[in-house]
Amino acid sequence: MKPPKFEYHAPTTLDEAVAALGRYGGDAKVLAGGQSLMPLLNFRLARPAALVDLNRVASLAYIREQDGQVRFGAMTRQRTIEFSPVVAQHLPLLKEATRWVGHLPIRTRGTIGGSIAHADPSAEYPAVLAALEGEVVARGAKGDRVIRAADLFQTYLTTNLAPDEILTEVRLPAMPAGVGYALEEFARRHGDFAIVGIAAMVVREGQRCTMARLATAGAGPVPVRLRAAEEILERDGLGEAAIDAAARKATELVDPDADIHASADYRRHLAGVLTKRALTRAIGVARG
Amino acid sequence: MSEARWIGKSVKRVEDARLLTGRGTYIDDHPPVANVCHAAIVRSPLPHAAIRGYDLSAALALEGVVGAITGADVARHTKPFSVGVTAPIHYYCAATDRVRFVGEPVAVVVAKNRYVAEDAADLVRVDYGPLPVVVDPERALDTTAPVLHEAVGSNLAGNRRLVYGEPDRAFREADVVLTERFSFPKYGSTPIETYGVIARWDPIDGVCTVWSNFMGPFIMHPLTARVLGLAENKLRFIVPTDIGGSFGIKSSIYPYIALIALAAMRLSVPVKWIEDRREHLLASSSGTDRVAYRELAARKDGTILGMRFKWLDNVGGYIRSPEPGCSFRPTGNFVGPYRFQHLEVDASVVMTNKSLTGPNRGYACGHLYFETEGMMDRLADRLGLDPAEVRRKNLVQPDQFPYRTPSGGLYDSGDYPAVLERALQLARYDELRREQAKARATGRYVGIGLALAVDPSVSNMGYVATALDPQFRAKPEYLPKSGAVDAATIKIDPLGRVIAILGTTPQGQGHQTVVSQIVADELGLAPQDVTVVDEMDTFTRVWSISSGTYSSRFGSVGTSAVALAARKLKAKLVEYGAHLMELPVASLEFRDGAVRPRSGKGPSYSIKDLAGRAHWNTESLPEGMEPALQATAVFGFTVAKAVDAQDRVNSSNTYGFIAEVMAVEVDPETAAIQILRYVTVHDAGTIINPMIAEGQIYGGALHGLGGALYEELAYDEHGQFLTGTFMDYLVPTASEAPQIDIAHIVSPSPLTPLGSKGLGESSSMTVPAVIANAVSDALAPLGIWINELPMTPSKLWTAMARACRSHAKSEGQR
Repeated sequence: MKPPKFEYHAPTTLDEAVAALGRYGGDAKVLAGGQSLMPLLNFRLARPAALVDLNRVASLAYIREQDGQVRFGAMTRQRTIEFSPVVAQHLPLLKEATRWVGHLPIRTRGTIGGSIAHADPSAEYPAVLAALEGEVVARGAKGDRVIRAADLFQTYLTTNLAPDEILTEVRLPAMPAGVGYALEEFARRHGDFAIVGIAAMVVREGQRCTMARLATAGAGPVPVRLRAAEEILERDGLGEAAIDAAARKATELVDPDADIHASADYRRHLAGVLTKRALTRAIGVARG
Repeated sequence: MSEARWIGKSVKRVEDARLLTGRGTYIDDHPPVANVCHAAIVRSPLPHAAIRGYDLSAALALEGVVGAITGADVARHTKPFSVGVTAPIHYYCAATDRVRFVGEPVAVVVAKNRYVAEDAADLVRVDYGPLPVVVDPERALDTTAPVLHEAVGSNLAGNRRLVYGEPDRAFREADVVLTERFSFPKYGSTPIETYGVIARWDPIDGVCTVWSNFMGPFIMHPLTARVLGLAENKLRFIVPTDIGGSFGIKSSIYPYIALIALAAMRLSVPVKWIEDRREHLLASSSGTDRVAYRELAARKDGTILGMRFKWLDNVGGYIRSPEPGCSFRPTGNFVGPYRFQHLEVDASVVMTNKSLTGPNRGYACGHLYFETEGMMDRLADRLGLDPAEVRRKNLVQPDQFPYRTPSGGLYDSGDYPAVLERALQLARYDELRREQAKARATGRYVGIGLALAVDPSVSNMGYVATALDPQFRAKPEYLPKSGAVDAATIKIDPLGRVIAILGTTPQGQGHQTVVSQIVADELGLAPQDVTVVDEMDTFTRVWSISSGTYSSRFGSVGTSAVALAARKLKAKLVEYGAHLMELPVASLEFRDGAVRPRSGKGPSYSIKDLAGRAHWNTESLPEGMEPALQATAVFGFTVAKAVDAQDRVNSSNTYGFIAEVMAVEVDPETAAIQILRYVTVHDAGTIINPMIAEGQIYGGALHGLGGALYEELAYDEHGQFLTGTFMDYLVPTASEAPQIDIAHIVSPSPLTPLGSKGLGESSSMTVPAVIANAVSDALAPLGIWINELPMTPSKLWTAMARACRSHAKSEGQR
């Protein structure tokens, strides 16, 4: 489990990083927290000609509020997010999701940009990005480009980032005050990637639901927005029958695959169970 | 013995300070040789294929590569290993003519460092001719199945039908006969330290020295010497002070010792190989996956009359010694803690295109008790009896010890009913049953499981011959085998300081601590005054065929050797003291660190005083006494005898007992299993260090939980390996650990000087049974009986959904 030979670049500025990446015509990888890429290298499943290590690019680690969004530098560590007061105040769903990410040592190294760019469909951050309709900023030779969550994820471990682009920033709209939210996840062990996870957000006015958001982890090749289930809630409110109907709809909207941990049927079933659990908890949290 | 001041105390482990601060000496920390080169092993990507040729040119051309050996060198320069069956199976340290499982070694590349070695390994080209594949042990016995070893003619490595008593009569006379099929998964131990071997060949004196984290049994030393064509006193095994866990797995490192030694001998450089995690999961060792058919005959009142076991143990591509221990290691305790006398065991050992197997904590007892305890609950259910009651009715009673089992086991001591009652009481069993009834009424799936196990420690190596036909064993050229032996030396230096020397290959069990406790009690010292050196070296340590730390040996064999060595030394001190005092030996005793008159009157001689005089002035010794103060004791059990003509064998030497109760709740929506309560009560005789014993029980329980819920070395039907990383091979972590309530009952062994028995495998053999029974009980409203592990949520949900559908259907028809 030693990686094959690669060249190694450790730039200190984003421009240097983009330039280094550009020199390899797609045959270089960006190293962020390394929690997925390093094992892939050691298993020789990834054999890039070069690594561009972002860990010395200080300008990529920040959390700031701007234009109703919370903006994260791509190299912001998950552990920082877990304890950020800004996140606790404006993105409680992200805070909750962060606790599900791996274990403490993984979160200490792992970054928000790395997790999203890696695009593992079982990971928590892509689900949150989808649920909150966030966006990311990519920097390439031609400058910055903003990509919406819905356009970012293509399939397993694949985004529409160009080979010479670096994901530099993650933007999540601040959640409205009083919003209900929950992330429900089922995994075989604590800290594992989700077999299925559901990120939920609801805005309620009495029994009415003015906005519902549901997104999956682990239920297909990309995070799935359960729009048709959301519509049931926005139309029929937040009663038990509507929740049940939304949960049933969730099972129809996902097209999961089987793997060693779970059958496709079980994952589909869990999508319904966890949708109901996430909504029930989210509604409990919601004011309005 | 002097009074027990330290035995029975939770003395802190002297090992921990160095291990927790990164100062341990593991094999990879070991720099015994200058200019060592590093090996990478080329492994088969195919489960079954003929090897048509090798092309090493690109690999050898890479800068930094020293050389390479292939299966062709292995075939030319080594012999196959002896196997435990008579079938003509040629198992070499690497594939020679064909590969039989994914991950089988086919070549070794040696380079200046591991990076280059792995680069070069990628460049080795092997021309494979793919062959059809079989991974399922039942399918492997079909006449149409592809055959792995043509000389054998089928995939059956061996079959024994063992009959004890009159099982046919028992089944004829039974009121109730139950049958069930069980399937047990293939899993390992994943010790935190993987295999490691460093080999140096000295062509001048013809000695090959191998450093490795081998743990015994040391029978593998002469076997490996034979394979390499070396005299036993030209092959030196050295084991460093620290091994990072093993749980039986590292007993199967010996083929790699041969392979790396061969590389060192052929290439004339010292070679180091550290197994990486991928290799470990792919091809180190594991327990077998087993299909078992069980039959149980009983009277209406719950008395068991007899049982039939039919086993298919899947040993993978070859049968590697000490297999087929998977079937025969528990021979003496086949009946567990129950009194029934009639038993038939039909054990088939099957080869398929999976990785090889060997001892794995509990060596096949997890399989055995999963089946037996599952049958006990099915019997209780059939007869409408409480599962505790049906067990009580059949237990060996306290006045029956020492108890001879029908298959030849000699249970040395115990009080099984007391242990069971303690477990039920600790679990508040009756209250649990009431809570369960309430929960069930509201539709919750709450269940309670029981499991009992005779915990066999210190294998008698003679059990291995149970695999051979009695006719074969009756031949004059056949040499019977038996034994369970270990040695210890204690010496006192001129200033009275004590050093104990062992070669027990500890893997984290805390031998240094335990030995210091025993010596401290025997010689009237404090444990910190005793230096314990535990490093194995076959050239300098006293050892025998059965030496090593496996099958929970140290708690009774190694500790006995230590106690006996101390007692020998004390006897010498008393004799010397008597000479100095001019008093009869019988009038003196060794007490509180000194030789004293029994009367309590008169002068005494301390160890320090005696040591100084003995070392500095040999003239002061009585006539005929050897100079220097040291004693070596070799302890061997006399109850370890060879298997008899009726296939009876006392396969272990001491037998503990375990009773467990577990309560679980199964989530009706996700099928997640939550452990509500878990109680485990052990009788391992005298407990030398309760803290270490508790650690073993925790570890054993978690290991069993791994096999029951998480761990499986899985293959698809094409023989491809599916669980090559820790993302797919799930090992339970601290987060998955339930609260464990532990208690001990102490029935000292009459066979050991300290009364201790082994405890290292402990709950690894009961947890699969207890949790399966608890989940079956929880899902009783759905009519689900667990007969297959691991119980993954996905599999369990599928069974629950199917049961719900058929339930709904039958409701509809009514």
